[in-house]
Amino acid sequence: MRYIGRRLLHGLLLLVGVSVLSFVFAEMAPGDYFSELRTDPRVSAEAVAALRAQYGLDRPLPVRYAAWVASVLRGDFGYSLAYNSPVGPLLWGRVRATLLLTGTATFLAWLLALPLGIWNATARGTWFDSVSKVVLSFLLAIPELLLAIVFLMLAVETGWFPAGGMVSPGPERVKDLAWHLVLPVAVLVLGMLPTLVRHVRASMAEAIDSPFALSARAQGIPRQRMLFRHLLPAAANPLISLFGFSLGTLLSASLLVEVVMGWPGLGPLFLEAIMARDFALVLAVVMLSASFLVVGNLLADILLYRMDPRIRMK
Amino acid sequence: MTRRTKIAAALVFLGILHGLAIFAGFLAPYPYAEQHREFPYAPPTGIHWSGLQFLVHGRLFGVREPGVVFLLGSDAYGRDVFSRLLYGGRVSLLTGLLAAFLSLSLGLALGTAAGFYGGWLDRLLMRAGELVMALPWLYLLLAVRAFLPLHITTVQAFFLLIVIIGGVGWVRPARMIRGVVLSARERGFVLAARGFGASDAYLIRRHILPLTLGVVLTQATVLIPQYILAEVALSFLGLGVGEPVPSWGNMLAEAQQYHALVAHGWMLAPGLAIIPVLLGYLLLADTLMAPASRAR
Repeated sequence: MRYIGRRLLHGLLLLVGVSVLSFVFAEMAPGDYFSELRTDPRVSAEAVAALRAQYGLDRPLPVRYAAWVASVLRGDFGYSLAYNSPVGPLLWGRVRATLLLTGTATFLAWLLALPLGIWNATARGTWFDSVSKVVLSFLLAIPELLLAIVFLMLAVETGWFPAGGMVSPGPERVKDLAWHLVLPVAVLVLGMLPTLVRHVRASMAEAIDSPFALSARAQGIPRQRMLFRHLLPAAANPLISLFGFSLGTLLSASLLVEVVMGWPGLGPLFLEAIMARDFALVLAVVMLSASFLVVGNLLADILLYRMDPRIRMK
Repeated sequence: MTRRTKIAAALVFLGILHGLAIFAGFLAPYPYAEQHREFPYAPPTGIHWSGLQFLVHGRLFGVREPGVVFLLGSDAYGRDVFSRLLYGGRVSLLTGLLAAFLSLSLGLALGTAAGFYGGWLDRLLMRAGELVMALPWLYLLLAVRAFLPLHITTVQAFFLLIVIIGGVGWVRPARMIRGVVLSARERGFVLAARGFGASDAYLIRRHILPLTLGVVLTQATVLIPQYILAEVALSFLGLGVGEPVPSWGNMLAEAQQYHALVAHGWMLAPGLAIIPVLLGYLLLADTLMAPASRAR
């Protein structure tokens, strides 16, 4: 438990560090939401200064940071100037959409990658392994951005799938949502699959070649039981770490897919915030994406801790 | 195929692809911004040998006015997609190369310093690295971009992209180089040289840096394609190189519009052009990284 506590503290400190750094960067940034206003000749410099004072932007940095932390604790995450409302309520729906998309994609990708990787590891040197290696390498070279656009194109042309968005009006909400999920999830899964299968194959191959596997085979343990009961746990450690690492790549890919496919997640909101120079919103999205990674890595740590007694000894 | 021929093949392949972009001024039949307003969204033209002229106006090929040649069709302003693809490759590939160079230089300097001197410098750099790695990389790129001016010229945008992409990417190479330096520092010949009174600068230059070469090369093959994709993503989102200068990213942004999706499939060309480039780097990276395991 001490170990988990330490990881948790580490994650929290990381988030605090990110927030301080972001604040300093935002402070040094040339221009803000109001300087975009200032490009309009009808808005005077005094009016802008008055607005800045009204929203408390003229206060010194530490004071603003303290106010921001207080507002995070209230669940507001600061005040969005572009939307003229606290940031918190804007975020939660978006967070749900992004988590739904990335969660489904992660689940499906691992569900496909584990059997495929294990199968490849047992079939090393056969034509099946070679073919799958070539196909996966090719898949790895196709950018998610292109996949997303091509899938959208297919959706528009065939009409089999909705062309973007998350919901359409009508009954059967769950079925409708699932229907909208298909294409974006497919893009993300195809994007992740090659990397995952490669790693599963590599670590399973190592487990299969290890001496204990040879002795287990000599004792006549059935193949299925051997693969899933004995070899998979032995190969699991690097895969669990990979789960933590791959989250960052997944979220990045998801940002692009969300923008292309009109999925109402954090990605499009982030882009809008940047274009409007709405720093409170930018900061909130930055913090959220960092917390996703921190939580994901924490989950991976806890899983490692459960799976591997060697970590508990340290 | 042996490792050596594989590497050579990948290098030649990549060389050709980069050459196509470098010599865009010669290979492309039109300048990137030349508009033919009378032919918006023209589909790819078939080749008719009769009208084709070679080596005209300092370019490889062209057709006699008022004819036009659009090998990959034209865009909304009647600009030749093929020409823009070549010129756009210049921007995208060059961004990848220069940003990777920047990242690796930073990584080499910081990683060597952290590994060689250790102590508080090492701890500081590794903590800073953790902070950078705490964000998903595209979110990080966008966040850094968010705090920089939006309205800038295309040339400024190009250099800004290189600095942003290269600047935030130093952590991974720095960590790997630090690892190499940590073990190199304790090698017998380094300790011996130190015993003979060699200065730190000499040790690093003569004994440590040559050992990091392998890591630097493999990291380059991993980083360059990743950075090309980063440029494409940022320009696609409207935060990178803007009109009229083409990059594969901002060209793809046009392909995403509804009518382009339905009827103008050739607008996807820049997206497809990325695939062979990534494949080339992938082959190179795979071959460099898996030397011994192939022998089994």
